[in-house]
Amino acid sequence: MTRRIWIARSPMPGRGLSAGITLSMLSAVVLLPIGALIWQGAQFGPSGLWDVINRPRVWAALWLSFRLAFLAAAFNLVFGTLLAWVLVRYRFAGRRLVDAAVDLPFALPTAVAGIALTTLYAPNGRLGGLAAQIGWKIAYTQWGIFLALVFVGLPFVTRTVQPVIEEIDTEVEEASATLGASRIHTIRRVILPMLTPAALTGFALSMARGVGEYGSVIFIAGNIPLKTEIAPLLIVIQLEEYNYDAAGAIGLAMLAISFVTLLAINLVQIWSRRRIGHV
Amino acid sequence: MSDAVFIPRFRRASDDSPLMRLVLIAVALGGLALLVVMPLVVVIGQALAQGWGAAIASLASHDAWSAIRLTLLITAIAVPLNAAFGIAAAWFITKFDFRGKAFLITLIDLPFSVSPVVAGLCIVLLFGANSTLGGILIAHGHPVVFAVPGIVLATVFVTFPFVARELIPVMIEQGRAEEEAALTLGASGWRVFASVTLPNIRWALLYGTLLCTARAMGEFGTVAVVSGKIRGQTATMPITIEMLYNEYLSVAAFSMAGLLTCLALITLTLKTGLELRHADALAATRRH
Repeated sequence: MTRRIWIARSPMPGRGLSAGITLSMLSAVVLLPIGALIWQGAQFGPSGLWDVINRPRVWAALWLSFRLAFLAAAFNLVFGTLLAWVLVRYRFAGRRLVDAAVDLPFALPTAVAGIALTTLYAPNGRLGGLAAQIGWKIAYTQWGIFLALVFVGLPFVTRTVQPVIEEIDTEVEEASATLGASRIHTIRRVILPMLTPAALTGFALSMARGVGEYGSVIFIAGNIPLKTEIAPLLIVIQLEEYNYDAAGAIGLAMLAISFVTLLAINLVQIWSRRRIGHV
Repeated sequence: MSDAVFIPRFRRASDDSPLMRLVLIAVALGGLALLVVMPLVVVIGQALAQGWGAAIASLASHDAWSAIRLTLLITAIAVPLNAAFGIAAAWFITKFDFRGKAFLITLIDLPFSVSPVVAGLCIVLLFGANSTLGGILIAHGHPVVFAVPGIVLATVFVTFPFVARELIPVMIEQGRAEEEAALTLGASGWRVFASVTLPNIRWALLYGTLLCTARAMGEFGTVAVVSGKIRGQTATMPITIEMLYNEYLSVAAFSMAGLLTCLALITLTLKTGLELRHADALAATRRH
């Protein structure tokens, strides 16, 4: 590949066809619609956008989505890593089944997860009733949103960390032990540093999913403005009122958050490649 | 690992203490039970709260049936489109060298990091009655938003990367040598694809298509924005679940949710089966 040549010569057939299908579908399905949102924002202008965003209700919704996505991803970082460790290192009855169950949040439609979690954790539900006895309200509060976001983000950390644990050479741990380190010390100083890049990638993926999550959250959230109203719901409300400018402005703000998260994922991966040599 | 099974009295340095194992397994299983297993039990329990008869009767109603048909129709259009795109994109990306390849892959992955609601919003802004394009299409009698084409577009958007992501790593690993050999022996382009490439990627293709199908049937947020939720016309299964649930028709809502749950469980079973039997053909087995 010399400079100025965009596509190298190749004996492979189907260059025009595969490039044509790829680029035209990418444009029609992804780029044009996203372009329409950005175009809408550009016409509206920075000050117009700011007027929409700079309202208490919008700030509250954006901050709520961002904060709870962060907290749920942080929970998943710990619990997902623990789960990956248990699934790779320990042998117990039903391990295969548990391993498959980790993927359920990916496979289960979000609306189904939403109504199931709400019924379960509502004050008159099985677990919500138990929690209510100690005065802990889960559904229709921010706890409910947290729970739903933990559910949808759970597989990300486990599935990124699992292959890394599988690749850890146990001799490293043995060497650490022969040098006098306690098991806790070995885990903290030898194992966790190896898992960090993958776990952080999983954290970022889980968070990116959580910020934009809609289906599983709206049932359990209660949707009270300024308190439990997430940003995607605010977009839906604006659209239902045919308020396309406001919906577009909030959508652009969320798109910006997605891009920043995507950038963070890539930076984490570049950083970990440099540090560990692979992802 | 297997040594530990045969000599149970000695603990290897890489083994955790029995107490730690017990605590960690208990926390892992307890957490999964509260988060994943209990919701499944609730879906089945609520669906059958008034017996099988009531659950089946609710699914046989006119609206439920039209929702099921619509979801099957959308899936039947969106999944093949996606598979075709995935194969074309993977072929283009792995068989040719060009500038901006990494950028192209990032663009293909983009729908994963866009909120479903924002995706729906984008489609409404492009094809809605207020837009130039939408106005022209509506004038010619082809509305996109609040109609089936919009739901198909929304579904293709959210499932866009599934097949391509599965195929690209597998095709990178397999390289181009086999295809080049077939070409020098005089095979045509389609012959090379059908006899050489396709057999190599079939399990990965099936795997990606499976994930794509599950997502296509269950997509809610994007469809909720684009479909207009017209009962009997643009209400898919997940949308119908929301409407029934908000009307306090618990048995009907959970019966339909149970149907989608069964589909999710079948998907998981097939997916796990593929991972166990054809792990070597799925380079991306452990990545999502």
